[in-house]
Amino acid sequence: MQNVKVITGTSAAAEAAKLADVDVIAAYPITPQTTSVEKLAEFVANGELNAEYIKVESEHSAISACVGASATGARTFTATSSQGLALMHEILFAAAGMRMPIVMMNANRALSAPINIWNDQQDSISQRDTGWIQLYAENNQETLDLIIQAFKIAENENVLLPVMVNLDGFILTHTVEPVEIPEKEKVLNFVGQYEPKHAYLRPEKPMTQGALGDPEWYMETRYDVQKAQDVALNVIKDIHDKFAEKFGRAYGNGLIESYNIENAETVLITMGSLCGTIKDVIDELKAEGKEYGLLKIISYRPLPTEEIKEALKGAKNVAILDKDISLGLDKGALFTDIAPFLKDKKTVNYIVGLGGRDIRKANIKEIIEHTENEAKDTETKWIGLKE
Amino acid sequence: MVNKGTIIYEPGNSINNKTGSWRVFKPILDNDKCIKCENCYIFCPEGCIQPDENGDFKIDYDYCKGCLICEEECPVKAITGIREEK
Repeated sequence: MQNVKVITGTSAAAEAAKLADVDVIAAYPITPQTTSVEKLAEFVANGELNAEYIKVESEHSAISACVGASATGARTFTATSSQGLALMHEILFAAAGMRMPIVMMNANRALSAPINIWNDQQDSISQRDTGWIQLYAENNQETLDLIIQAFKIAENENVLLPVMVNLDGFILTHTVEPVEIPEKEKVLNFVGQYEPKHAYLRPEKPMTQGALGDPEWYMETRYDVQKAQDVALNVIKDIHDKFAEKFGRAYGNGLIESYNIENAETVLITMGSLCGTIKDVIDELKAEGKEYGLLKIISYRPLPTEEIKEALKGAKNVAILDKDISLGLDKGALFTDIAPFLKDKKTVNYIVGLGGRDIRKANIKEIIEHTENEAKDTETKWIGLKE
Repeated sequence: MVNKGTIIYEPGNSINNKTGSWRVFKPILDNDKCIKCENCYIFCPEGCIQPDENGDFKIDYDYCKGCLICEEECPVKAITGIREEK
């Protein structure tokens, strides 16, 4: 008998952290993440989860506490969003550089100014060079599944990097969907115990963590994180396959997911909940005899460039949809990262849904139309902009 | 090579890590002019000016970074900063 609960994305994230039996949670509430840490506080308070819940005064403290907790060898979880993630920025580098396998849920939300609590992906994109692994969920079930996998990815001996699981603010965080909750024992069996060999603060065996790295050594440590990100590509795929085998749910190859790509000359690329809308549009157009494809990026860091190139072999036109913008370049992050690998195709960048602007099926159809007909190679178009 | 996460498994070894190599200016202390007021000893941010058994102050150049705060604070101008020569 499957245990299916109809829950929000933040609850799914909290359930996942509970299932993975985290030892320490340090988080500060921020919209639209709040309900996730509220749920976790409730789990700890009513004894459902045996963990230390550290109440902190800011997100900077939350992630600092997580780094400290992780340095003692504890399985650590935190959650944040937008301005909170921005406030964590400097410690995000420390977490990655110190190779702390912290798992974070980030509710994607726009950054001020103007103050805006709604969804876009500028917050996590702004943290892309911190060294964190970044995964993006399409729906609430995927959120739960990715967080369970995230602990195993982060704690892999050859990876040892923090993982950020991103879900679109409100679109997923506050929407209830049926989510299958696996048995705790089965999850624990899958994730396993975290037995840190590299970092484990204990009085009998003192060690120095977070030491100074002068110019003689700093570059090597950054290169080390790069190597770990490379290794993570295979680890993520491998863990995804094992997860699929055990729990019966698969998401492409764990890094990317193709939808009707093999039949299509025009392919859309994006991340997160927007993929669901696009899949619907593709199905509708397929019924009319028109073939379009979607390439969903699950792992944004590490970015599986080889897999992306391979998946897009047959495509002629590529529309890259970004819920973020690199100001001054007029391009989104996915476009700037992927387009250099697709020189033989027409690549068009669409800036969509900033600050929670709705992206409707009609917008997707408009994008497809534009890509195929009037768009010029490497063009950028803002969708639904009031001029 | 650096350990994963720059973790040092033998703490206390920073004593072997000589930090004086960064120095651009070098303070020279003239013990004949020194009145043993201990100002340099108090103000040195690196704690590398110490009295020896005779009470004469010595600068530990293995760790002195050449900030010349000692020169600034010395009331009798017994300390002079010169450009470090390698």
